Amino acid sequence: MLRHFIYSREGVLSLIVLVMFFGVGAINPDFISLSNSISIFNDTSILIMLALGQMMVILTRCIDLSVAANVAFTGMVVAMVNRYFPDINMAFLILLSLLIGAFLGAINGLFVWLLKVPSIVITLGTMSIYRGSTFLLSDGAWVNSHQMSASFIALPRFEILSMPVLGWMAIAAIIIVFWAMKFSVWGRNFYSAGGNPMAAFYSGVNVGKVQFYAFLVSGTLAGLCGYLWVSRFAVAYVDVANGFELQVVAACVIGGISIVGGVGTVVGCVIGALFIGVVNNALPIIGVSPFWQMAISGLVIIIAVIANASSDKNKARIILRKSDESADSAQVN
Amino acid sequence: MKNKFITACVLASTTLFASGAYAADEVRVALLVKALGIGFFEAAYRGAEEARKELGDVEIIYTGPTSTTAEGQIEIINSLIAQRVDAIAVSANDADALVPSLKKAQQRGIKVISWDSGVGKAGRQIHLNPSSNSLIGEMNVQLAADAIKAKGKKSGTFAILSATPTSTNQNIWIGEMKKSLSKFSNLKLVDTVYGDDLADKSFREAMALIKNHPDLDVIVAPTTVGILAAAQAVSDLGLTGKVYVTGLGLPSELAGHVHSGAIHSFAIWNPIDLGYSATMLAYNLVKGKGTKTEVPMGRMGTLQLDKDGDGAMAKPFIYDASNVDEFSSIF
Repeated sequence: MLRHFIYSREGVLSLIVLVMFFGVGAINPDFISLSNSISIFNDTSILIMLALGQMMVILTRCIDLSVAANVAFTGMVVAMVNRYFPDINMAFLILLSLLIGAFLGAINGLFVWLLKVPSIVITLGTMSIYRGSTFLLSDGAWVNSHQMSASFIALPRFEILSMPVLGWMAIAAIIIVFWAMKFSVWGRNFYSAGGNPMAAFYSGVNVGKVQFYAFLVSGTLAGLCGYLWVSRFAVAYVDVANGFELQVVAACVIGGISIVGGVGTVVGCVIGALFIGVVNNALPIIGVSPFWQMAISGLVIIIAVIANASSDKNKARIILRKSDESADSAQVN
Repeated sequence: MKNKFITACVLASTTLFASGAYAADEVRVALLVKALGIGFFEAAYRGAEEARKELGDVEIIYTGPTSTTAEGQIEIINSLIAQRVDAIAVSANDADALVPSLKKAQQRGIKVISWDSGVGKAGRQIHLNPSSNSLIGEMNVQLAADAIKAKGKKSGTFAILSATPTSTNQNIWIGEMKKSLSKFSNLKLVDTVYGDDLADKSFREAMALIKNHPDLDVIVAPTTVGILAAAQAVSDLGLTGKVYVTGLGLPSELAGHVHSGAIHSFAIWNPIDLGYSATMLAYNLVKGKGTKTEVPMGRMGTLQLDKDGDGAMAKPFIYDASNVDEFSSIF
C-alpha cells in the first residue's frame, strides 16, 4: 500500500512538495515551524477549495474559467449586503454566498448540458460577464473593512485548535469531496462521464447532467470562496482574484488531473494546490528578485508536471498486465 | 441630429442675450468636471466656493456631464463659449478630444486651465497637477518618519511594498523616495517588494517583510491595493502599533485601518485644495496676474510652471485619525 503510494503520481508530487518545503526550511528555519505551516495551509485554503471544484469539472472533460470572476461577484454581493445590513446573521450570509455561487455555476452548466456549447467558450464568456456585473453592481466602488461588520471579518479568522476556520473549511471540503468521489455513485459518474463518455452513455449515465453537476459544485465552492476571500483581505472590489482561475487550473494540472478528463484524485488535487501554496509563500521569504519570481513559479510547475507525467508513463500504456505483475498488483490492491 | 442643432441654436441665442445682464465686473469661472455627482469633484467645488468667498468678485459655474464622456464635456464647452464665461477650469475625460473646442474658447478670449486630469498643451494655458513625482516621493518618506516618531523612536527602518516591478508611477516614486532619503538620516530602507496590486500577493509579501525583518517599523505602500493588504496583514498578525503601514490611499478605503491603529497617517491629494487652487489660477489669469513661469493661487502659494505650462500644486495632503472621517464620505 505504502509502496504503491510512493510510486504513484501523488507520491512523487508529495515528495517534490516536501523537498521544496524543507529546502526553504534549510534557508529559513522559521518557514517549517508548526505555526507557519498552519498559516501556509490557511493561505492555500481558498485555492484548495476552488481546485476541488475545478477538478470535478476537468474530470468531465470541461474547464471552468469563470471561477475567479464568480469569487469576485459573490464576494461583492455579500460584502454589499453586509454593508447595508450590518446586523445580518452570518449563517444567512454564507448560505447566500453558496446560493449565488451555485446559480452562477448552474448558468455555465446549463449551457454546457443543454446547448452543448464547449465549456471553454461559455466560461470565457461568463468570466467577463460576471466580472462586468461586479462592476455594474458596485459602480466601481470598493467595500472596505470599516464598512464590514465585525463578525463578517472575524468568522474565517476564528481559531479552533490553533487553526483558523478558513483552514477547517478547506479540510471539510476535502473530506466531503473525497468521500463523494470515492464512495458515491454520483461521484464515480464524474470519472465514467469523462473517461469514456460513450461507454458512460450506454451504461445509463447522462453525461451532460454530470457535467452540469460539476459546474454546479465548482460554482458553489467559488461562491463560498467569494465570501472567504473578501473577508480574509477585508476588501471587495472589481479586480478581486483577477487571473486566479489560472492558478486553480494549474493546481489541478500539477495534481495530476488529466486535462482530457477521467483521470485524477482528490489527494492529487490537494497536493497540487499545496504545491502552489508553498511556492507562493516561499518566494517572498527567500528573497527572490520579483523579475525572477514568475519565471521560477512557471519553471517549477513544468518540472512538477513532467515528473508527474513520467511517473506513470508505462502504466497507462499497458492494456493487458504481464502475468507476474498481476499477482503482485492484486495483492497491493 | 437636426433637432439637437436647432435646440443648440436656440439655447445659444438665449444665453447670448441673457449674458448681457451679468455685471461686467464679476469674473465668471466655469469649473468643468468629469461628471456630476462624484464625491471628489463635489469636494473640489467646495474648494472653489471657498475661493469665491475669499475673492468676492467671482461667480462659479459648477458644471459637467452626467456620465464621464468627452462628448458631454464638448457640448458643455460650446455652451460655455456661447455664455461668454471668462475662464474654464476643466478636469478632462479625454486629453485630446477636448482640444479643438477649448482652442476655440481661447480664440474667443476665454482663459483655459486644466486640473486633475489634463488636456493637450494646445487646449489650455496651464495644467495644474495635484502634486509632482518628487513631492510624492518625499511625502512617502516623510510619512515613514512620522510613523516612527509616533512609535516614540528616534530612528528606524522601513520597507516599500509596491505594485508590479514594472509599474511606471510607482517606480518613479520609489526613485524619488530614495533620492529624498538623504534628508532623513534617521531612516533606513531595508527592502523593496512587489505585490503586483493583487490583494493575495500583497498580503503575502507584507507578511514576509515582517518575518524577514523582525525589527521593521514601517511598511510604505504607494498603491491603494498594497496599503490595504499590508494594513490587514499587520492587524491579522496582531502587530498594530508595532509595525505601522503608510503610503498613498483614499480616505474612504483606509478610514477603518486608521481607527484600528494599523495606519498612523497616509497621504493623497486634497480635492478641496485642488478646486480652490484651480479657481484662484483661473481668476488670476483673467485679471492678468502672474507670468509665464509662475501664477499665484491664494493660500496655496504660487504655482511654478515649466515650459509646457505644467505646475504642481503641493505635497500630498496628510490624513490621520483627526481628519479622515471628514474626507471618507467625499472620496
